[in-house]
Amino acid sequence: MTTPTDTDDGLTNEEFHASLQAFVGQQIGPAMVAPDEVNVPMIRHWCEAMGDTNPIYLDEAAAQASTHGGLVAPPAMLQAWVMTGLTGPSRSGDGPYEQLTDLLATRGFTSVVATNCEQTYDRYLRPGDRLSMVTTITDVSAQKDTGLGTGHFITTQQDYLDDSGERVGSMVFRIIRFRPRGTSARRPAPATTRDSNWWFEALAAGEVRVQRCSDCGLLRHPPGPMCPRCHSLAYDSVSIDGNGTIHSFVVVHHPQVPGFDYPLPVVLVDVDVTGESVRPVRMVMNTADTDPEAVVIGAAVRIEVRTAGGQHLPFAIVTDAPGGAS
Amino acid sequence: MTAAHPSFGDVQVGDQLPPLEIPLDRTLIVAGAVASRDYQDVHHDTELAREKGSKDIIMNILTTNGFVGRFVTDWAGPDATIRAIRIRLGAPNYPGDTMTMTGEVTAADDDTSTVTVAVRGANSLGDHVSGTVEVALP
Ligand SMILES: [Zn+2]
Repeated sequence: MTTPTDTDDGLTNEEFHASLQAFVGQQIGPAMVAPDEVNVPMIRHWCEAMGDTNPIYLDEAAAQASTHGGLVAPPAMLQAWVMTGLTGPSRSGDGPYEQLTDLLATRGFTSVVATNCEQTYDRYLRPGDRLSMVTTITDVSAQKDTGLGTGHFITTQQDYLDDSGERVGSMVFRIIRFRPRGTSARRPAPATTRDSNWWFEALAAGEVRVQRCSDCGLLRHPPGPMCPRCHSLAYDSVSIDGNGTIHSFVVVHHPQVPGFDYPLPVVLVDVDVTGESVRPVRMVMNTADTDPEAVVIGAAVRIEVRTAGGQHLPFAIVTDAPGGAS
Repeated sequence: MTAAHPSFGDVQVGDQLPPLEIPLDRTLIVAGAVASRDYQDVHHDTELAREKGSKDIIMNILTTNGFVGRFVTDWAGPDATIRAIRIRLGAPNYPGDTMTMTGEVTAADDDTSTVTVAVRGANSLGDHVSGTVEVALP
């Protein structure tokens, strides 16, 4: 048996988050150097776009007379000085940030929205300043459910330095990489009862179990309140060996229910389990890691607990089909 | 400078900044993106923005920061020095909408002559931006 997992990567959410944490503290690539020094023409474009008439940015005399003592750049332009522009180099393809992004994409966290931007200014920039910027990954959150969808917040810090290496400002930038709501419909939850809850709880703990009468020892499945042989209401359970054989199956093509992949094999498995039963213990389940073509009567399967749509369920993985079809 | 701008001693917690209405036309959004050297297509190319699931082009973050800074210095004046702009981003700014910026002084630090202004920029969809600006006053 395997332990329960949250997705196909075999990791719990906590284990996946731990793998993301490896990126925290890493600097993203080399320092980015501003293509141009702080300059009045770019400041003019900015002020025109923002409708900013503060005279300290473009009016030399007014700037001289102010507390700033000369022309300065609008502080919010900080980030603009190191932007790569239309044809500038894009970030290299295999740095830590790209690796982090790729890792998040394996769980479908491919959409991105910026949520926070916090700039602090150590000093105002003046024409002639030449900036460089260093980015560090400072935090990767645990998985969060948000209004946008499920994902992880990533926080980076950008430190802006002048050409003497002095920090002139910094920016904390937070984005969420997420799987948009509705793109991964949840699998309908199985109906559970007071007589079957224990079986699903065992699955959540990573075990496929079979009910056994405490009085006569007869195995039975699906779970029910009473032994069909001695009518005892007392029961316990045994764990299965983890192997079985396909007794019968159907492959669903239509209708397609959201939350499942189609074609969808539904298999009835003769489960290997030690104990007495009137006929082989049989369980209904879906398949995993298996080509639907490989699903044939008599195929050997391994039974594993996997997580699908947040639920822990048994899945059959075909290991050997008669005639070598697997 | 001009008497219209406050000195630190004039300002009290609870003071409101003069509201600023910004009509969000297409030219403004594109001009802000280009002035900040941000050529991501969602900030200038309507067709590509729609292909990517956006209703229209949207204002970029650098422009939002620019307006937040301008809104505060319109009030604080040329002798003020912005120390920090901390924003949280919300509803997108689409062309055709209007963003109304409002602000209130929420703290004043005598030691540094710095005030904290809580800033909000709301459009028809809700808050586009909310946050705080720290600004040192003369
Ligand atoms: Zn019995």
